[in-house]
Amino acid sequence: MKYVDEFRDKKMVAALADAIRVAADGRTYTFMEVCGTHTMNIFRFAIRQLLPSNIRLVSGPGCPVCVTPNAYLDKAIALAGLKDVIIATFGDMMRVPGSYSSLEKEKAKGRSIRVIYSCMDALEVARKNPDKEVVFLGIGFETTAPTVAQSIIAAKRDSIKNYSVLCGHKTMPEVMDALLKDGSVRVDGFLLPGHVSAVIGSGPYVFLSRKYAKRCVIAGFEPVDILQAVLMLIKQDRPAVEIQYKRIVEAPGNRLAERAIEKVFDKTASEWRGMGVVKRSGLKIRSAFAAFDAGGKFRTGRIRSKENKSCLCGAVLKGVVIPSACKLFGRSCTPEHPVGACMVSGEGTCAAYYKYG
Amino acid sequence: MHELIDELFIGSLGGKTLKEKKDSAVIRLGGESYAFTTDSYVVSPLFFPGGDIGRLAVSGTVNDLAVCGAKPLYISLGLVMEEGLPKKTLEKIVVSIGAASKEAGVEIVTGDTKVVERGACDKIFINTSGIGKIVYKGLEIGRIKHGDVVMVSGPIGDHAISVLSKREGLGFASNIKSDAVPLNGLISRIVKASAGIRFMRDPTRGGLGTTLNEIVRDGSFGIAIDEEAVPVRGTVRSACELLGYDPLYLACEGRVIVIAAREDAGRIVRAMKKDSLGRGSAVIGCITKEHKGRVYLRTKSGGKRIIDMLAGEQLPRIC
Amino acid sequence: MCLAIPMRVREIDGDNAVAESGGLRRRANISFLRGVKKGDYILIHAGFAIEKVNKNEAKKTLKLIA
Repeated sequence: MKYVDEFRDKKMVAALADAIRVAADGRTYTFMEVCGTHTMNIFRFAIRQLLPSNIRLVSGPGCPVCVTPNAYLDKAIALAGLKDVIIATFGDMMRVPGSYSSLEKEKAKGRSIRVIYSCMDALEVARKNPDKEVVFLGIGFETTAPTVAQSIIAAKRDSIKNYSVLCGHKTMPEVMDALLKDGSVRVDGFLLPGHVSAVIGSGPYVFLSRKYAKRCVIAGFEPVDILQAVLMLIKQDRPAVEIQYKRIVEAPGNRLAERAIEKVFDKTASEWRGMGVVKRSGLKIRSAFAAFDAGGKFRTGRIRSKENKSCLCGAVLKGVVIPSACKLFGRSCTPEHPVGACMVSGEGTCAAYYKYG
Repeated sequence: MHELIDELFIGSLGGKTLKEKKDSAVIRLGGESYAFTTDSYVVSPLFFPGGDIGRLAVSGTVNDLAVCGAKPLYISLGLVMEEGLPKKTLEKIVVSIGAASKEAGVEIVTGDTKVVERGACDKIFINTSGIGKIVYKGLEIGRIKHGDVVMVSGPIGDHAISVLSKREGLGFASNIKSDAVPLNGLISRIVKASAGIRFMRDPTRGGLGTTLNEIVRDGSFGIAIDEEAVPVRGTVRSACELLGYDPLYLACEGRVIVIAAREDAGRIVRAMKKDSLGRGSAVIGCITKEHKGRVYLRTKSGGKRIIDMLAGEQLPRIC
Repeated sequence: MCLAIPMRVREIDGDNAVAESGGLRRRANISFLRGVKKGDYILIHAGFAIEKVNKNEAKKTLKLIA
């Protein structure tokens, strides 16, 4: 696969690993990545194994599934229970446990829940089923938000009245500020999410180097990208925000994609699992598109959401503890029967630790 | 599912034969050894590029017999149909069953049909049971030795991707056809090529990764796989990268995993390649003394990681 | 949250393109890109092209390490 295979090349990977060893020169570094796809690929390509032991990679709150609180899942499940509602969702959400159940379990009970690959496919379901209401579960960061915005714009343009979105989108930079402000996270720098950055550019991260003196590199997702980004982080003599993923990311980002987000969504406070509410870190649908907001469109009655007190997902998501520190890890919480979201998502930190050791 | 099988079924029902948990049970009748197996087929959609549920139902059971060293002979056919299933659909499936049986050289000797009310089953469920005569003895996980090689008869994941390409909501087009096919012809070539075959299994549900984990589970050995050596079609790879699937866990319906003595590997692969169903055969790994009970993958980029048992079905993801 | 693959543009049809990788074809919405041409490689995420691959930068990145 072009532009993929070349960045997985064994020789280049080995050369980069050596260069990192030399550049680090025995000094210890801790870098955090904040993108679920980075967490996944670090395990998939055994990156930690290739790095010298003085370079530590920790996972932060980058998995949109993991950071989605129970309340969102509970609402989605309640909507699934309404007559003539079809829930359309990315596969990632199916096994995430809410306070009482999961979408997968509800589907097994006979609820209308469909896995789709693109929100435009969900819009098609709405077009083809005019007597049903299609509710799309909008999760994901700034990479996905523009696509969902576009589906709402298309629904308005084509007068599709039976399509709506339950908005659970979150944004990156503000949560990183909250993470560092709190002081519990000790890292030397960040591997920044390559595809979120393709949309928002490098500007929103500058505060990380100016305010917090953290080194930052916007990284791609192949082994060569990740290792090259680590090398760049080590080589920075002053904290800065650099781009490793130059074949995709430009400093200004993608204005057209950003404009789609701005047109449909507004920033709002958002609850992050394990971190509480973070100001202006989520998206909500603007009043001009209220007809497409599933949150306001349907009545579901009072839902009492609760979180499992023993679940350490929150601390795991902040990179403060490793999964094995959680009492539930490997015992009552496994990929087959997950308690917390970190165990469900393929790149949830706990699932990755469990699978790949 | 594995836990359920162990605890409930084997726990409550298990005699010596059931406890062996082979793809086919080996039983003695009148002084001869026979293989006996059963499987149920619930695939959706019913028709997919390269096959259908009928073809699957015959191939799956024939293959379960063949990998145990048996010559497949007789098949039983049980159909549970949802009320309202179009006659044309049923006809197509039955014709396909007939064609696959002819290909495999097996005879359908008995059957049963049931109709259930709408919603009680998803269009049609098929169960097939099969009997074959053991012609190659001694295929056992217990015979696997350190240093043995692991081979596969062709590219993995074709079946899973062909079925996925027909599922609504995933929207991609490809030329991938299911590999569902009776393998008894190919397997008879394999067993003729060497007396050093330890074990065979077809990687169906859960794919290569799950099947290797099943083999290694109670074992005194580990398995090391070389990612570069595992054959995967370019289209299947692209589908996996697009949807977030791991090809190692994709179902195949016309492939066989062969574990054999190292010195026979070349001969076995050559024999497989002579067969039209084995052209893509390759040595993909070996049996190790280290990491007993585990399957390891040497990735294309040089790192090494564990391949675990798959938890549940893979779902397309955006993360 | 960033699973995306580069695919090659085969056809363009208004706001959409048909992109291909390894023989697999998929329709992708290209509203976020300007000046997409046949033969371009676009990065597809959840059915949308979020960026075009900059072929020169890709070459430069690889040269840096080789």
